[in-house]
Amino acid sequence: MQHFLATFQNTAAAETPVAQPALLDFWTTVMMLGVLVGLTILLVIGQVLKRQPESNFDPAIIRNFNKRVITWLTICVLLVMSLLFNKIVTVVLFALISLWALREFITMTPTRRGDHGTLFWLIVGFTPFQYYMVAMNYYDLYTIVIPVYASLFIPGRIAFTGDHKRFLERSAKIQFGLLICVYALSHTPALLYLDLVYWDSEAQKHLPWTGKTAGLLFYFIVVVQVSDMLHFVWDRLAGKHIIAPAVNSTKTWEGVIGAACCTALFGMLIQFATPFTWYGAGFMALVISVMASSGSMTMSAIKRDRGVKDYGTLVQGHAGVLDRIDSVCFAAPIFFHATRFFLNAN
Amino acid sequence: MKQITVPFLVLLAKALSGATVRWVDCQPDICQRVYFANHTSHLDALVLWASLPKPIRARTRPVAAADYWRGGPVRRYMARAFNALLIDRKKIKIRNSPIDMMLREIGDTQSLIVFPEGGRNHTDQMKPFKSGLFYLAKKRPDLELVPVYIDNLNRVMPKGEFLPVPLLSCISIGAPIWLESGEGKNDFLKRAEAAVLKMKDH
Repeated sequence: MQHFLATFQNTAAAETPVAQPALLDFWTTVMMLGVLVGLTILLVIGQVLKRQPESNFDPAIIRNFNKRVITWLTICVLLVMSLLFNKIVTVVLFALISLWALREFITMTPTRRGDHGTLFWLIVGFTPFQYYMVAMNYYDLYTIVIPVYASLFIPGRIAFTGDHKRFLERSAKIQFGLLICVYALSHTPALLYLDLVYWDSEAQKHLPWTGKTAGLLFYFIVVVQVSDMLHFVWDRLAGKHIIAPAVNSTKTWEGVIGAACCTALFGMLIQFATPFTWYGAGFMALVISVMASSGSMTMSAIKRDRGVKDYGTLVQGHAGVLDRIDSVCFAAPIFFHATRFFLNAN
Repeated sequence: MKQITVPFLVLLAKALSGATVRWVDCQPDICQRVYFANHTSHLDALVLWASLPKPIRARTRPVAAADYWRGGPVRRYMARAFNALLIDRKKIKIRNSPIDMMLREIGDTQSLIVFPEGGRNHTDQMKPFKSGLFYLAKKRPDLELVPVYIDNLNRVMPKGEFLPVPLLSCISIGAPIWLESGEGKNDFLKRAEAAVLKMKDH
């Protein structure tokens, strides 16, 4: 692998420098193609099962399965397309997802007239600004603007409107929505801007990683997605001990643990697209899986509190973006910081 | 000019309101109708109008307050673009009543969008309906009166604000009602209110 990359680099250096370095390399392409093919196969299986009038499977499970596969296929195709063009396109894509998720979250959360101005500035101000900083790679800023400045801005702005009813509750809800839908999610495209090293076992030291960060982003998305699916499968096949029936009646301890272990194995399998060692890739996948589970549990708790089952049915006909990205939101900052902590170049 | 701005405004209204349109016990049709809805935001008329299918939209006119929609060139232009029927709320006379004017304007092809609460409402409770709907129904019993409930648009742009926050809203369109023979004004208006509220819980 090292040799392959070295030759790749040498030839690239020997020829005239390319103005726009490609975002993808060989291994990233292999992984993306593999995922797309895999998802298409799953889609075909799902459709075949749906057509079968008499099968051993519960039609509700098959419907749920198909819905997930189609969502993930859409996300992967969008992601591949945006990665093929430019980093900025990926950042914009995630900014739009964030805006939509925030919109769903605030729609579900009861706010009052006095919050109107605050919400306006979150949507036209903080959200675009956060993604702008990600695109400009201002790490020092985008990691603190929302947790510090926005959380001071929100209660301050609400206080100025003079509406003190349920003040703390309203500030906290808006703050939480912004933190999850915008801040946490923005760490996913931020992966593209990392400058990483990898552990070279022959040289016994860290060397600059010459792979593409697009591969890292794709690794993250694929691992979250596989973890979600494995969680679903483990719950259905081996689920006995429900974690919190009042919050979510389908999530079990077997699901969390089984998914985490299997996801770790899967992470090792696709280690080639990342700067991690094989055990590093497994550990990262384990962390991602655990965070993804906590993400969907948290969102279930919020939904139960608000008395809605899906964000999608909140306003009928909407796809429910928040339902799909809850696990990504929770895993993204942790994965980002873990990667940066262990393998940052500087 | 209008060919470009109208689709753009429709798109903008849809994007800002994130409106889902549910046709409950009612199908889109170009027959003459009066859509009557609860009123909580300036966007109501535009969003409801924009959410109708294009052929219906082309022959449907929102009834709006002249004092608001004649204020300033942008609003005047928008009112023209949406083909709004402007009613002067301050000078309502018996001789030239707004009802007669509406009926004259729609002829026997166009439909109307009305807000019988008479003004924007910023409480949770709907205000009692004004009698205009009753007189419309009495003078033109053939019109289908279609109840519409507009949900959450008051949070997108509440009364007194001019910057919208693009949340998600929902427009539910219910089964048409008619004036029953011998039905009194108050009974009819109560029934109309109930028809709108039914869409809220549906």
